[in-house]
Amino acid sequence: MSRPGKAEAGITRASGHLHRLLTEAWRLQPLYVSLYAILLSFLIGGVLISMIGVNPLTAYWALLRGMVGNGERLAGSLARSVPFIGSALALALPFRAGLFNIGAEGQLLAGGLTAAYVGALSWMSDVPGIVAIPLILIAGTMGGAAWGGIPGVLRTKTGAHEVISTIMLNSVVLFAARWMVGSRDPVVLRDTDSTVPRTDPIADTAVLPELVDSQPVLHTGLFALLGLCVVVAFMLNRTNFGFEIATVGLNPHAAHYAGMNVNRVIVLAMAAAGAFAGLAAASEVSGTNGHLQPGTFFLMGFDGIAIALLARTKPVAIIAAALLWGSMLSGAPLMQQEADMSIDVVRIIQALVLLFVAADAIVRYLFQVREQGQQGQSPFQAASVEGAV
Amino acid sequence: MTTLEHASSLAHAPQRVRLDRGTITSLLFGLLGVALIAGVAPAIDSTTRRFNLERPPDPAGIGFHPPTWIIAISVFYLITAILGFSPHAARRWAGLSRVLSALGLVPLALVLSLALSDNAGTNVTNLFSQSLVLATPLALGATTGLWSERSGIINIGIEGTMLASAGVGYMTYAVVGEASATGWLWFSILISVLAGGLVAALHAVLSIRFGVNQIVSGVVINLFALGLTGFLRSEVIFRTGNTSGVSTSDVGLPLLSSIPVVGEQLFRGGPIYWMMYLVVFGTWLVMFRTPWGLRVRSCGENPHAAETLGINVLRVRYQSVILGGLIAGLAGAWFSMESQGGFEDNMTNAAGFIALAALIFGKWTPWGAFGGALLFGFSRALGTRLQFLGVEVSGFEIPSEFFQSLPFVVTLIVVAGAVGRSVGPAAAGAPFQKSR
Repeated sequence: MSRPGKAEAGITRASGHLHRLLTEAWRLQPLYVSLYAILLSFLIGGVLISMIGVNPLTAYWALLRGMVGNGERLAGSLARSVPFIGSALALALPFRAGLFNIGAEGQLLAGGLTAAYVGALSWMSDVPGIVAIPLILIAGTMGGAAWGGIPGVLRTKTGAHEVISTIMLNSVVLFAARWMVGSRDPVVLRDTDSTVPRTDPIADTAVLPELVDSQPVLHTGLFALLGLCVVVAFMLNRTNFGFEIATVGLNPHAAHYAGMNVNRVIVLAMAAAGAFAGLAAASEVSGTNGHLQPGTFFLMGFDGIAIALLARTKPVAIIAAALLWGSMLSGAPLMQQEADMSIDVVRIIQALVLLFVAADAIVRYLFQVREQGQQGQSPFQAASVEGAV
Repeated sequence: MTTLEHASSLAHAPQRVRLDRGTITSLLFGLLGVALIAGVAPAIDSTTRRFNLERPPDPAGIGFHPPTWIIAISVFYLITAILGFSPHAARRWAGLSRVLSALGLVPLALVLSLALSDNAGTNVTNLFSQSLVLATPLALGATTGLWSERSGIINIGIEGTMLASAGVGYMTYAVVGEASATGWLWFSILISVLAGGLVAALHAVLSIRFGVNQIVSGVVINLFALGLTGFLRSEVIFRTGNTSGVSTSDVGLPLLSSIPVVGEQLFRGGPIYWMMYLVVFGTWLVMFRTPWGLRVRSCGENPHAAETLGINVLRVRYQSVILGGLIAGLAGAWFSMESQGGFEDNMTNAAGFIALAALIFGKWTPWGAFGGALLFGFSRALGTRLQFLGVEVSGFEIPSEFFQSLPFVVTLIVVAGAVGRSVGPAAAGAPFQKSR
């Protein structure tokens, strides 16, 4: 009697979970504001384009075809978006804890360096892919986590504001990478057969399997980062650690009073952020390039900030925002080619999107969107950032 | 118990040395001293080197013997360590000795790197004036931050403000002045300054009127400036064909620049460089010696109290942030029209963030911030100089990337609190709403 009953209950519970997951996934809260922000940005961008004597519709049509014009371009756009998921998550998680991580670029590079180092180890070609691929991904994750943890430790031990320390660490790791990858005497990581500075190619066994031979290649790193989004969403919404992060972000004093170890949360949040960036970097090294160049991740950290803010730091919404961002960058060259204009137009539109998303009051005023009741203040207005920079 | 007995009983009590920031710093200096005496001084090349005071040929200068100098500095470091661990009476001296030790790092670095390179001497006057010149955008940027943060608005968009005004200013110069030095150069510098004010006004509107998180607003500005200037460079500046132009010419201070040996190097510089001193001095004068300056500071410390006194907090904040933006605009002009005549993508290269660090280093005061800017200017000038000298440690040439990263490492160390905790304006970062 009880057996079928239990099974039934199990099924209902499972479908309940599924339903919740779906509603969670599709509840992209202030969807309207983001959509209007995008619309407004393209409008202003259009004005700018027509000012230099190009028909904005021609330019946008070329941009759109560059983004999703055919299967290969679509795959290329997807591939371009993948690392942005990691760098956006690297902002989103600490942001929930009231920390502003501008160091994703450095954390990507640190993760990329460790991944490239491990991937090119001589014994890597002797082990099967099922060992080598996890190894290179873990190496990248660890490298990123270690580099990301430093500003967390500095913040808790010395009070150094993470905004400044992460920016400085970005520069430090960039110069370190330039030396390690560029130096011929002594050779550190450089591929001595190559004329451009880059690391030794990684072992064939450590290469992530390819899905579509697009430009850039779409590879299985996509699944790793999509999975990461789901994991982070679960962690933020359903675990003790996620609750601690939210509490520390809203009120560190209350968190401390409730018996939480605020310092531990800060360090872990920063290290986790570094780990996300590191994973994204490892997937790039392993799946896209097969080696590392010091300039690979240029501006990717800044893009991550914008994407995370566009998605209102919601991990699942980050997927959509990263897709928009990556595909715009991926489509820009075709626009440049056909409409003869600088790809920087895309950068301006992106900055405008971010501007209107951050200053949602402008959009709400222009389009008369009402504030959602239960949402309260938007996360960007929370005075969670402590002390002056 | 008399004081003396009390003291002696304390001395006999188990010694408890508290490992605070100061003690650790002293200890590190001591360890450095030991390492230098034991490891470096005996091994170093003992040929006489020279600190030159003017350009070759045949410069006047000071000759020195590297091991002697290194040992002298190391002995001082050992004294610092001893003072750091000695009981209460010496506390004040311990602090002083730490400051002197930190200053001693400058000659130490110079002596060490000269001894490790093949060069017999280096021009120190030029190094010093280079530091001052390179400190210009940092001091101006820090002053921008000072105005903004003292009024209660965090500004991490200084970088973007400087970049945008550098780009807009140079664009004006390239389009209307064809990048040749006429009156248009000064007109373009003025446009730069105004552009800086405009960008800062955007920051002010976002963070004051719309209550956007001030750090987010700063990031928006940085991102926007990057896109805008990239667009202007490729669509406007590049199409005019005037990608490089004549920059401002150096001005020598009367009388001072004719001092023999050092005058020509120390008292000659670009007009924006000289304006930097005026701006820093003016900032100090206005902020600390006028009623309006007092109002600005009170808005940053306790806006509600300021409001009670009848101060229009929002208006003061707008004024202060925009004034800061004008200063950042001047810094932008320095990049594209004084330091080099031309605009490159991302040419400010994190100077805005280093300026913020200088502000923290200077504990939110004009002269302190200037000192911080000088420190970072010096570490950049030193980095370039050492790169040029070609320093070798036992056959291994120290890579140029190491020296290039020097300013960033120094910033990190400074912000991580080698100078002690620095507390900013109390109300910075919190949006203010008028009471009704």
